[in-house]
Amino acid sequence: MALLHTVNKSPFEKNALESCIRLALKGSSILLMEDGVYGAVKGTAKSSLVAGAKGKIAVYVLGPDLDARGVSKDKLIDGVKVVDYGGFVDLVAQHSATQAWL
Amino acid sequence: MSDEGGTIKKFMYVNRKAPYGTIYALESLEVVLIGAAFDQDVSLAFVDDGVYQLVKGQNTKGVGMKNFSPTYNALGDYDVNKIYVEKESLDARGLTVDDLLPLKYEDEDDDWAEKDSICVISSAELAKLFDQQDVVFSF
Repeated sequence: MALLHTVNKSPFEKNALESCIRLALKGSSILLMEDGVYGAVKGTAKSSLVAGAKGKIAVYVLGPDLDARGVSKDKLIDGVKVVDYGGFVDLVAQHSATQAWL
Repeated sequence: MSDEGGTIKKFMYVNRKAPYGTIYALESLEVVLIGAAFDQDVSLAFVDDGVYQLVKGQNTKGVGMKNFSPTYNALGDYDVNKIYVEKESLDARGLTVDDLLPLKYEDEDDDWAEKDSICVISSAELAKLFDQQDVVFSF
């Protein structure tokens, strides 16, 4: 069983997403939530972080947090999957533990 | 200092945080609206993640928080109509002025013509604006 990593900080303000991706094992998952959802957007100065993790780590993003910030789903990096709160619970249940990158 | 009460100062509110993740954005907006009652020369700057505050299409139903983005539309009615957004911050986030709220004000010196409040400027231009201020509030 692999870890679920959660990142709730903007990649433009904190290095949480960068450190998480650097230290996450292949086969683990990342859920971007709160201000962390900005890391899932393509065409930004930080898009290469998540785009570079493709094939190694499954990346999820919390839909209600995207909606709150006016980020439409067509702006997401290819391969990023949107989940709702129920999906968040499922992810927690499917992984061995959760590591929060605050 | 004797005519302090009648002196108009240049106030700038600098916003550098994304909305919802922290309380800074909402608190800044509250302070701007309260401060608008004091008839000062007010301008707002949106830099770094602060530019996310002005992104249109915010819908907070799912997160159970108040969507305060429509309140930015009221700034024009409070004579807060100098809203500067740093171009470099927009570029880094893949955003353009078309992604932002179309904030307007009515210009009393031009037969109440409706004009855009948002002005996208470069870092160099913003640096000069900062230098002209009497008071800078940071959020």
